[in-house]
Amino acid sequence: MNQPLLELRNVDTFYGPIHILQKVNLHVNKGEFVALLGGNACGKSTTLKTALGLVIPKSGEVFFNGIDVTNMKVAHRIKLGLAVVPENRRLFGPLSVMENLQLGAYTNKQTSKENYSRVFDLFPRVAERRNQMAGTLSGGEQQMVAVARALMSNPELLLMDEPSMGLAPKLVEQSFEMISELHAGGVSMLVVEQNANMALTVADRGYVLQTGRIVLEGPAKELSEDEELRRAYLGR
Amino acid sequence: MSNQNEQEATTRGIGTDEWVAQHEARIAKPTTAMGKLADRWATLPAVVQWGIPLIVVLMIPFTTSSDYVLRIGVNLGLFIMLVIGLNLTVGYAGLLDLGFVAFYGFGAYFYAFVSSPQFGISWPSWISLPFVVVTTAIIGLALGTPSRRLAGDYLAIATLFFGQMFLVLAVSSDAVQFPWMDEPLDITGGPNGIPSVDQISFLGFTFNSTLSYYFLLLGIVVIGIIATRRIHNSRQGLAWRSMGEDELAAQHMTVPVVRMKLMAFTVGASIAGLAGAFFASVQMGVYPSTFKLPLLIMLYAALILGGLGSVPGLIIGAIVMVVLPEILRFPDYSNYLFLVTVLIGSIILIKSWKLVVAVFAATIAVGFVANAIFLVVGVPYLPIDEWIEGPLAPILGTWIFMPEERLLFGNIAFVLLIVVIAWMTTRSKRVRLFAMPFVLWLAIFTWEVRLLMEPSITRQLLIGALLVVLMAARPQGLFGKPRVEVL
Repeated sequence: MNQPLLELRNVDTFYGPIHILQKVNLHVNKGEFVALLGGNACGKSTTLKTALGLVIPKSGEVFFNGIDVTNMKVAHRIKLGLAVVPENRRLFGPLSVMENLQLGAYTNKQTSKENYSRVFDLFPRVAERRNQMAGTLSGGEQQMVAVARALMSNPELLLMDEPSMGLAPKLVEQSFEMISELHAGGVSMLVVEQNANMALTVADRGYVLQTGRIVLEGPAKELSEDEELRRAYLGR
Repeated sequence: MSNQNEQEATTRGIGTDEWVAQHEARIAKPTTAMGKLADRWATLPAVVQWGIPLIVVLMIPFTTSSDYVLRIGVNLGLFIMLVIGLNLTVGYAGLLDLGFVAFYGFGAYFYAFVSSPQFGISWPSWISLPFVVVTTAIIGLALGTPSRRLAGDYLAIATLFFGQMFLVLAVSSDAVQFPWMDEPLDITGGPNGIPSVDQISFLGFTFNSTLSYYFLLLGIVVIGIIATRRIHNSRQGLAWRSMGEDELAAQHMTVPVVRMKLMAFTVGASIAGLAGAFFASVQMGVYPSTFKLPLLIMLYAALILGGLGSVPGLIIGAIVMVVLPEILRFPDYSNYLFLVTVLIGSIILIKSWKLVVAVFAATIAVGFVANAIFLVVGVPYLPIDEWIEGPLAPILGTWIFMPEERLLFGNIAFVLLIVVIAWMTTRSKRVRLFAMPFVLWLAIFTWEVRLLMEPSITRQLLIGALLVVLMAARPQGLFGKPRVEVL
């Protein structure tokens, strides 16, 4: 059987007494690009946090590469091959771009030169700015550094939280081009996004969350043609 | 971005555009003499950059026979050790540890316990110093373990309490009644501390002169600086700095945050403990009053003044905080320093050379007008040679009117100065500029008439004012990086 890379089985997550995720089932296959869509406060980020281990589900299981990671710490999961581009990027502002990349490779004790050259080939702009403080970069550049940093650990699956947030429309387009290029390079993706239109043009499959429940799922093409979804999120 | 650039961008890969191509050309070259000099300095190898100050410091004992100067050097050495330790915890790991001085105290007391007649123990230094380092490290770990989940302000409160607890323990543990003993045990000597502590000795050489401690601490500080520079770029240092910046993001990088925090506490504590042992040996005694809050404030002031996390910064900060108060013990020096501070402060504030000249001219005029008014009213005054000497006398003597009743006039001027400054802060820029000559004159008048009479108090006042001016000009500290927010 073809094992999914990441799988959430019947996950229920609570913040204190508040039930956030309700019986969420979700999986990402190897090499797949999955978009997680939904409006405000529907549990998109919480799903990502559950996958990453920042939130431990009350019931249900999380599998990564066939390993039960439900109660595993964040660091362990990342060592297994997860990487995250957090919401708002969260770069280390006063540290140089190079140091940010070094931290991205913190998991592997010996950072290979290949990692750097691969990332620098992909992002010449990041290479140029390597000695600059990350906080002094423009929004688009910071996004590149955030992705580059995540790639430094050679992840199998990249989790991205709102890659379009805080970017100019032009840069959003660029950002998604970048993401799909990465995907073409062999990295599986789970991308949380409000900009459903944009996400569905590049994704293979999509899930739609509504108040903590998955209400729709399917190939991206089908989803973007779904009448209900179009009315609710795509605005046309 | 024009269409043409866009096309270029797509052919060269993600994020390539004219910025990358123009990178070299966009680097600004320094234009001023100072800027060029700084640029030159920056290109020198690190060995030369650090070697020059080191040679100067090595020469000092041969140029002076004054024990006082060497003693300041020893104090500075101890202070730099403490700042290096504090920098690891606060500057790198971002843990606001307000109980840091307690580790200094624990180190001093532990050293005294095993090398004084207090318990009749006299261990050789090669055992007692490692003993102090290990015990203070354990205490650091003991404080860190319950505090590891506290962040920011909460950690500050917990550690501040720890620091005060140490003081209470040190002062009150002079009669501890253990159930298995008949007599209460005197552990710390109470408020009088522990006198006659052994001095450090290695291989038959006892450190018993100020000069010997000067070189000992110089050696330790050099090692400390090299170690700090290595840590800064190491995997460990990187992990600490990332954690200090953003704990959650550091966690995402798989930095073991809890372990790193405990390590920062432990290493910082053991460095402070070692400094404490040296201190006890230099003093040949330990007294609880050394480890009070003012020392903590001085340490933080040095660290913040120099710029958190910067090695040259913390040394300059330490020099300012240790040497400056000593210089200000002499009224002559403090007089110069005050005038220079006022001068530089107002230049920074005004920001335009033409206006600076105008304001200073007006200030001088205000002084003479005030003199005339005082004379017309008939206020009795002191002749010049009764209140000022030295090179400043002919200038200040004619410009400043020195009333006979210095206290009365000085106090009035002081209150007036505070009121005027408070009033000024609510006014527009224009009004402030017009009021400036009067304020400057009033400040100098207050200083000469009243404040210079009590150097011990004005010393603190002047250091405070200096710090305010410096921090206003460079909020990130002398060598710190300016803060940027990641949005």
